[in-house]
Amino acid sequence: MKKIASFVISDILRNKVILVYTLVLAVFSWSIFSLEDSTSKAVLSLLNLVLLTVPLVAIIFSNIYIYNSGEFIELLVSQPVKRASIWTALFAGLSSALVVSFLVGIGIPVVIFIPGKTGLILVATGIMVTLVFTSLAMLCSILMRDKARGIGLSVIIWLFMTLIYDGLVLFLMFQFADYPIEKPMVVVSALNPIDLARILVLLQIDMTVLLGFTGAVFQKMFGTTTGLAVSAILMMLWILIPFYLSLKIFKRKDL
Amino acid sequence: MIELTNISKSFGQTKALSEINLRLEKGRCVGLIGPNACGKTTLIKHFLGMVFPDKGQILVNGRSVAGDVSYKNHIGYMPQIGRYPENMSIIQVIDMIRSIRHFDGKEDLELFHSFGLDTVSYKKMRTLSGGTTQKVSATLAFMFNPTVLVLDEPTAGLDPMASEILREKIIKVRQDKLILISSHLLSELDDLLTDVIFMEEAHIKFHLTVSELFERTGEERVSRAIHKILKAGVR
Repeated sequence: MKKIASFVISDILRNKVILVYTLVLAVFSWSIFSLEDSTSKAVLSLLNLVLLTVPLVAIIFSNIYIYNSGEFIELLVSQPVKRASIWTALFAGLSSALVVSFLVGIGIPVVIFIPGKTGLILVATGIMVTLVFTSLAMLCSILMRDKARGIGLSVIIWLFMTLIYDGLVLFLMFQFADYPIEKPMVVVSALNPIDLARILVLLQIDMTVLLGFTGAVFQKMFGTTTGLAVSAILMMLWILIPFYLSLKIFKRKDL
Repeated sequence: MIELTNISKSFGQTKALSEINLRLEKGRCVGLIGPNACGKTTLIKHFLGMVFPDKGQILVNGRSVAGDVSYKNHIGYMPQIGRYPENMSIIQVIDMIRSIRHFDGKEDLELFHSFGLDTVSYKKMRTLSGGTTQKVSATLAFMFNPTVLVLDEPTAGLDPMASEILREKIIKVRQDKLILISSHLLSELDDLLTDVIFMEEAHIKFHLTVSELFERTGEERVSRAIHKILKAGVR
């Protein structure tokens, strides 16, 4: 399995799209850090960038990569390798390659400009978001046999989680403003990995004003440390569950 | 060596294989023949665990293939269309397969050299023509000295010279191996066969040895004999 994963990594790291992705992340983060004087502001700008581009690239790129490796997967299946190892290696390879380019593009400037816990949490969040959306991409690509449909589904997932979901939450909040909806709201935000990521970072930089409704409830309910732990655990579930489902389907799939 | 009992498979509404019973033994060179979309590739994919049967059982060397992958150590498979990671070179692909096979015997790299792949081994897979890619597939299929060789349309993309090299290679290794060749045009590998399986619409229409086939039809070439059988509607 390790061998397949390392082959996938070395294949992806030579891919031009990934190089461009790394470069774009690097350019953005360096310019944000050199333009903004206040650290929190820089973190916020960077957070928005991370929450918008990282999921998009992770889900679309992984999706296309899996579709393009269709025949390669077939080749591996015809070899004496367990299907579970192939699929796990593919996930490991894809996500580590994406994480590497994230670390080069954003990790390095973060370590230079904002060393310490805040920077660490921001980078860790970015890594988790990458893993979540790679995992979702694997599920999309296994659910849809057709490449165009699979990519369509992943774009919809991305749009839904980054933009539409917030709108819906806001709408629900206004509709049910007269009721005690704090607790349901926490559940609702836990259902979106991007909200979770935002809460994770905002809890850390202590900008309660910017936490937004769900974030504030989160903090009130769990306090900062427990809040961090809970949201991190939920993110882990977001990584494991889609991947597990896709693995289950892949094991029984006709190629 | 390979035994299939009551294998049925459908994809949605289409029946791909229906009640296939088949027994293939060592030392045979079997031609799997039939029109397009008759289920040849689906049948082959069952041997390799790429497609799972709806019903029935597959035994390789007396052991069920369900849930086991070690039997694939004894199979060399050449797919109809081999596609490989684009950024890898020929030699990297070979190294990769080598590293996942854990093969301790002596590797057979004859095809690698006789196809002239050694001179282009640095080339990336995406730059290769279809025929060269097929040569890589063939090299990989023969490399680990497998006891079962499954060749899906092996000569489809190859030039006449390469087909001839492949043919000679098959002749060289065919003792104590089971070789399964699927094709819809058999001309090049005609005279290698010991058995012919003809498939049509998800069924095995007939499974005869070549001498039986010749006897029944009075022909001396496989392609003509099959043609005659089909025309006459003989079973």
